[in-house]
Amino acid sequence: MLTAIILLPVAGALLLAVLPPDRRLIRAVSVTFTLLPLLLGIYLLANFNLTQAGPQFVERVPWVRILGFNVDYYLGVDGLSLPLLLLNLLLGFLAVLVSWNISYRDREYFILLLILVAAVSGVFSALDYFLFFLFWEVEVIPMYLLIGVWGTGRREYSAVKYLIYTLVGSAAMLFGILWLYFTAGIGTFDMLELGRLNLAREFQALVFLALIFGFAVKLPVFPFHTWLPDAHTDAPTAVSVLLAGILLKMGGYGIIRGVVNIAPEAARIYAPLLVTLAVVNVVYGALVCLNQVDLKRLVAFSSISHMGYVLMGIAAGTQTALTGAVLQMVSHGLITGMLFSLVGLVYDKAHTRQIPDLGGLAARMPIIGWLFVFAGLAALGLPGLSGFIAEFLVFLGTFPVWPLAAILGVVTVVITAGYILWAVERVFFGPVKRVALEQVGDANFVEWLPLAVFAAMIAFIGVYPRWVTEIINVTLPQLVARLGG
Amino acid sequence: MAPDLAWLFILLPLLSFLLCVFVTRPYPRLSGYVTIAAVGATFLLALLAFWAVGNLPADRTIESSIQWVVIGGSVLKVGLVIDSLTAIMLIIVSLVSFLIQIYSQGYMAGDPGYSRYYAFMSLFTASMLGLVLASNLLLVFIFWELVGLCSYLLIGFWYQRPAAAAAAKKAFLVTRLGDLGFLTALLVAFNATGNLDIRHLIDLAEAKQLAGITLTAVALGIFSGAVGKSAQFPLHVWLPDAMEGPTPVSALIHAATMVAAGVYLVGRTLPLFLAAPDVLLVVAVIGGLTAFIAATMGLVMTDIKRVLAYSTISQLGYMMMGLGVGGFVAGIFHLFNHAFFKALLFLAAGSVIHSLGTQDLREMGGLRRFMPVTFLTMLAGALSLAGLPPFSGFWSKDEILLDALRFGGVGQILYVLGLVTAFLTAFYTFRMFFLAFGGEYRGVGPAPAGHSHHGPPHESPPVMTVPLILLAVPSVLSGFLAFGGIFGTFGEFLISRLPWHPHYEPGLDPTTMALSALVSLLGIFGAYAFYGAGWVSPEAFTSAFRPIHTLLVNRYYMDHLYNWIARRVVLGVAAVLDWVDRYGVDGVVNAVAELAVMMAGSLRLLQRGWVQFYALMVTFGIILLAAFFGFFGDLIALLRG
Repeated sequence: MLTAIILLPVAGALLLAVLPPDRRLIRAVSVTFTLLPLLLGIYLLANFNLTQAGPQFVERVPWVRILGFNVDYYLGVDGLSLPLLLLNLLLGFLAVLVSWNISYRDREYFILLLILVAAVSGVFSALDYFLFFLFWEVEVIPMYLLIGVWGTGRREYSAVKYLIYTLVGSAAMLFGILWLYFTAGIGTFDMLELGRLNLAREFQALVFLALIFGFAVKLPVFPFHTWLPDAHTDAPTAVSVLLAGILLKMGGYGIIRGVVNIAPEAARIYAPLLVTLAVVNVVYGALVCLNQVDLKRLVAFSSISHMGYVLMGIAAGTQTALTGAVLQMVSHGLITGMLFSLVGLVYDKAHTRQIPDLGGLAARMPIIGWLFVFAGLAALGLPGLSGFIAEFLVFLGTFPVWPLAAILGVVTVVITAGYILWAVERVFFGPVKRVALEQVGDANFVEWLPLAVFAAMIAFIGVYPRWVTEIINVTLPQLVARLGG
Repeated sequence: MAPDLAWLFILLPLLSFLLCVFVTRPYPRLSGYVTIAAVGATFLLALLAFWAVGNLPADRTIESSIQWVVIGGSVLKVGLVIDSLTAIMLIIVSLVSFLIQIYSQGYMAGDPGYSRYYAFMSLFTASMLGLVLASNLLLVFIFWELVGLCSYLLIGFWYQRPAAAAAAKKAFLVTRLGDLGFLTALLVAFNATGNLDIRHLIDLAEAKQLAGITLTAVALGIFSGAVGKSAQFPLHVWLPDAMEGPTPVSALIHAATMVAAGVYLVGRTLPLFLAAPDVLLVVAVIGGLTAFIAATMGLVMTDIKRVLAYSTISQLGYMMMGLGVGGFVAGIFHLFNHAFFKALLFLAAGSVIHSLGTQDLREMGGLRRFMPVTFLTMLAGALSLAGLPPFSGFWSKDEILLDALRFGGVGQILYVLGLVTAFLTAFYTFRMFFLAFGGEYRGVGPAPAGHSHHGPPHESPPVMTVPLILLAVPSVLSGFLAFGGIFGTFGEFLISRLPWHPHYEPGLDPTTMALSALVSLLGIFGAYAFYGAGWVSPEAFTSAFRPIHTLLVNRYYMDHLYNWIARRVVLGVAAVLDWVDRYGVDGVVNAVAELAVMMAGSLRLLQRGWVQFYALMVTFGIILLAAFFGFFGDLIALLRG
């Protein structure tokens, strides 16, 4: 089942490569081969056993056996990965809809998009660390090309920056994985198996650093975040949606599954450092947002701030905080995906993203305007929408361990409200700013459909978060027990 | 009454919100009817709830709760409770909202956003009812934020106007500043007790299990939220600006219900404050100070809505002071009376604005002849606000003063401050009243752009005047609930079915009554001397006290201070950090990259474009992997001997 989820988009990509480059056919294939995995994912969700902590829907076959090098093709999902896998499948499908109006070399564009979705599904399904790494690497190339070819602004610079940053992180990660493999000496890359060992404290402290670097770049953690604003700003809309919506979560997921769970003692040692960096992410990201004039760059920086809450939850290590961290990943994926889609629409219609050149758009594009207000409110943590409960759980779980960090996180909520409402005011409210903006139209059906899905999911999780937290909590207790929390 | 029925209070207006958004949006009048029907139904439910609570055995309440989030051993519950305090709040919210929804049909007639208006009003009513029903602090906080959202959306209802958009943002941000404390209080309370149920927290505080610094932090945090929401000093600055919203919104949200939520919350959790006397003192002092400061600013405002806004801040301060001196019944009674007479005053002002197209008192005058119903109903509201016996405001104000006196110590200072405030209140209220309704009409021809109304002043349609008349009834009479009602006096009913037993000592103090009636009369007389009869020239008086007048007109320069902090400090730090990010952090990254490229001697490679670079990277990657496998293969062979 998981194999099908991963391979269907690849099959779609191959089909696109051989079929005639007809505009409608390309879109039909892309929709089909992202919708089918999504439906399979929903099937997994429906059949997910809420009493089984270990991985489910497992597929495991020996793959590479060279010189004591045992790589398994080992897939499975548990409470930690299932929500993120589903998020990826949903965002992949919506990204196709968001890309509807791509005209430049659309065949190649959708091929790369499909491969990207497949690779990320692989990351969230792989339980063999080496396989995980391979999927992790496969994701880099399509993303690099999507930014570099279909982006805007300084797209080549941003794409290369993304590539180099990621590859440097990956190199450290690969080194860490291999070091771990040989030191553990149990002859397997099985992440869960490795996560049951009690490795030597000194070794944990060192391998922790090697492993976390690549994930920290991805999340991103200050000061390794500077690829993000550039990449997000210059990427095409749907790619920004995926980049912020799901690729950053690979970092958070990786830290939990691939670092903290394997080196829990090191996690305790480095907790003060991690929580400090988390607070810096949160506060610094939010403050820098206030100074942005490019709407897209503003949303990009807000991701840095919001992903800081994920790191804070992980650093606190309590069950409540970790639940909050995972929920925040899901929630932020939806909210930021929606925001990037909206910014893309504004750019398509108004031909600028510079906040000083915009103004009064709500009167001309009420659907886009009010949906932006909705997404903005979700981002600033309005109760009833998904962001609030995620951040609240992080605060609640962090407070007993790191009270000051939790309070600084709470205080930042005002800054967040500040930059979001200020942006809303300048872009959408007030009189229509320029004559050119008088003519802009509102969203059409294909444009608002993905937004409606985002909005519905954000509201649904916000009102009934148990739906997600129950799944997360199937698996978390084991991890928390390892962390001794 | 079945406990689960309590959820209907929230669900009915929520349903009407959804209908207005998704179904009746193209049919504005229908949106209005749907909202009125839903809110009317909640009023009937409120009466039912009141009846049901009144017939409960003493100390019993109606409760219903569900588990919202379960994480390991921690359970976040959300639940509703109907006790005597809730029953009273339900009646206030649903009745005032119902009358205002009817009135809005006239006030908002023809507005292009009519359906949106009713959608937001429905959402507000649902959230506000939820707030007063919530039995634990988490759910209170959730609805607390949602009413704040509705306030934001409705202040900014005419979002094309820059002033409205800015005021909406300001309201949200300033109240959120207070909410930081509230949120922190939730964290502290949950960490200490593992439960956010209000009854549970009250029990722990009364049993002294929740005490010391923890209790102080919780109480102070809750009060911080209340300071924001109820526009207490120093976070009062958002409320006058909030007058940018449509006037019925000001009446419902920024006078009768939402701004009173802070007072309600402090009342709801008063035992926590009683167990933390330091915080209680802070409540009393902030309340008294707010009442006085706001009243002074009300003296010089020329915008009719701003006069009322400052009076709301002042009256909320009065209520807070009442709670702070331990006067639970007095504070809530004043909240109850104020809700009706202040809603009335705002709606009457709205009737004037609707008719004239201006909010400037200097362009009014002589309206008693043109708008007799508005004139008479507003007079009832003004007398109640001025605290003249036997109008409702007099009775509850009097109870607050008496409680301050009984409190002793600081209470005696607050008592004097309260009397001074009462004088100022009577003065500015009747200044406004005489300027609007007395003398001759000073209007200047056609209304300014943006208003569809013009020509000479005229009385508003019945859809607006009937709610005025209906609100005038409680403004005149509700004070007498101090002496009797269906289930005993207001106070007796209020304390009868609560999770705790408030200290309540009914009684009247002739001296206080005489004093407060006297200052009220003096205030009205003073206003008459200046603005009614014209014995004293306000201009001459003002120029004699120029510095004070300037200070008041500039609202003690507090807005200037906040603006300075926001623009210079916060945005300044943001600009510096952004610069550091671009040229500091990223500068290092770029320098490292360039250094690496230079060392590799392949600077030109990067510039040839992505295809070549990609090909190179792929090759590089393959070589790297091969090297890894080769190297580690050897290593393994080595290790395995």
